[in-house]
Amino acid sequence: MPLVHAVNVTKSFHHNEVLKGIDLDVDRGQVVCLLGPSGSGKTTFLRCINQLETIDGGRIWVDDELMGYADRDGKLYRLKNKEIAAQRREIGMVFQRFNLFPHKTALENIVEAPRQVKGESKKTARERAMKLLDRVGLADRCNAYPAQLSGGQQQRVAIARALAMQPKLMLFDEPTSALDPELVGEVLAVMRELALDGMTMIVVTHEMSFARDVADTVVFMDGGVVVEAGPPKDVIGNPQHSRTQAFLSRLRSEHEHP
Amino acid sequence: MSTETEARPADAAPDRPGAINAVPVRHPGRWVAIAVIVVLVAMLVHLLVTNKAFDWSFVFEAMNQQPVINGFLKGTLLVTVLSMVVGVGGGVVLAVMRLSDNPILSGVSWVFTWFFRSIPRYILLFTMGTLGILFPQGIAFGIPFDWKIIDWLGMSGDWRFFTLDANQVFTGLVAGVIGLGLSEAAYMAEIARAGIMSVDPGQAEAAEALGMSRGKVMRRVVLPQAMRVIVPPTGNETIAMLKDTSLLLAVPVIGELFYQLQSIGSTYYKTFPIAVAATLYYLAATSVLMVGQYFLERHFGRGFGNKAPRAARPAGAGGA
Repeated sequence: MPLVHAVNVTKSFHHNEVLKGIDLDVDRGQVVCLLGPSGSGKTTFLRCINQLETIDGGRIWVDDELMGYADRDGKLYRLKNKEIAAQRREIGMVFQRFNLFPHKTALENIVEAPRQVKGESKKTARERAMKLLDRVGLADRCNAYPAQLSGGQQQRVAIARALAMQPKLMLFDEPTSALDPELVGEVLAVMRELALDGMTMIVVTHEMSFARDVADTVVFMDGGVVVEAGPPKDVIGNPQHSRTQAFLSRLRSEHEHP
Repeated sequence: MSTETEARPADAAPDRPGAINAVPVRHPGRWVAIAVIVVLVAMLVHLLVTNKAFDWSFVFEAMNQQPVINGFLKGTLLVTVLSMVVGVGGGVVLAVMRLSDNPILSGVSWVFTWFFRSIPRYILLFTMGTLGILFPQGIAFGIPFDWKIIDWLGMSGDWRFFTLDANQVFTGLVAGVIGLGLSEAAYMAEIARAGIMSVDPGQAEAAEALGMSRGKVMRRVVLPQAMRVIVPPTGNETIAMLKDTSLLLAVPVIGELFYQLQSIGSTYYKTFPIAVAATLYYLAATSVLMVGQYFLERHFGRGFGNKAPRAARPAGAGGA
């Protein structure tokens, strides 16, 4: 069984069907990039995986565990908030707008969840936090507040914060879209390294070079459905579907003539 | 480096505009205003010093009487602190209830706020002092409707653990603190709600994504950030509460600052110096509160920009 196994996932917001039956499998250690125009449902799908949105239909399993429900003899029982929180612990998430806690320093941001959720000792949590800060190249800024960091630095701290919970799976929701162009590289570099270390990652992104170089599978979504999925050399290099071709050529022309 | 120095326009290039040394705009109006204010201040000082009605020695003597000092410490300061503890605690709980998904909790919170905001504090305190009449047999703690249940089961006796005398609960400072505290909770509920809603929803999402429970998300992430918005109006509320303790007279509470001052005033037929004495007490207490608020704002403002904690000064912090 793959680490993430999503079957026929549907989701509507006020009669507006955003996801129309998404299937997706992600194996352990795989990197999957979700591409597609805005409004295609890729961010919503990502948020469904760790239940920031509840799904209307279909099922999502992460590590053989059905997300959000207990299945007893074919009947589904909604999980309690506490149980949902426990499921989320295994999944790290990085947001477009970083969402660091502004009243806490970089180090305190990373230490918070291991201390509060897992009840780790101060020493253990701080040691791992410092290692993670070092890994994202920000050990010297451990006492800075988010407002004192650049966007790229904030996003690197946010990645370290998610990693501090030692997740099985990392979700990235357009992690570089809110950054100035010159800061995109440092965040992508951290993500590349994470992928090389074998982390399972699902990344919603518009960074074609990242998707081409790092992803094992690229999924192109449009209008709430998966239009095309496969290795990047096929989907990006030789797209079969006209909607994929149109999206990629639009993206390319924007890059060449910004 | 030397070439760069030579190239500086102001020094080396007389044909190009150099450093600006302009005549500043004159402000004759300011000097007129200063003159007017100096004269007015001089008149005020003259009035304070020479007018016999102030009777400063009587003012300070009245302020120094033990019942007055007790009235200030217990009736004003202690009641303010206790009522604000009840008010802030209750207000935060009411705000969380109001914003919860549970329609019952949300409705209860709305009704509470509606009820206690509707009653003038003076009348509420008067009512608190008379509530004892509702419970002539005292307020008992035990199993609700125990006499009915016992009746059904054909047993006798009662299931009550202890009983308070209602006339002792709804009297004096206790009634005052309950009344002021509940009234304050209704106002603080709205302030706390505004504070909670001011926090970016992404903050709660990030905390939830880390696996934190709802309670932890509220306590560790949302409320500390909401405090930045909650503290300034709460300072206002505290100062208003300090002054509203003078309404304790409605309960009635006689161990209160202004009542004690007034009784001295009526004994010696001196009303005006008493008003001055009360003003001085309230000025002093409010000044101390404003300093406290400054430090609270600095604490909860941390992380919000480099200058944010230092930008708020006590004078501005008092709030409009």
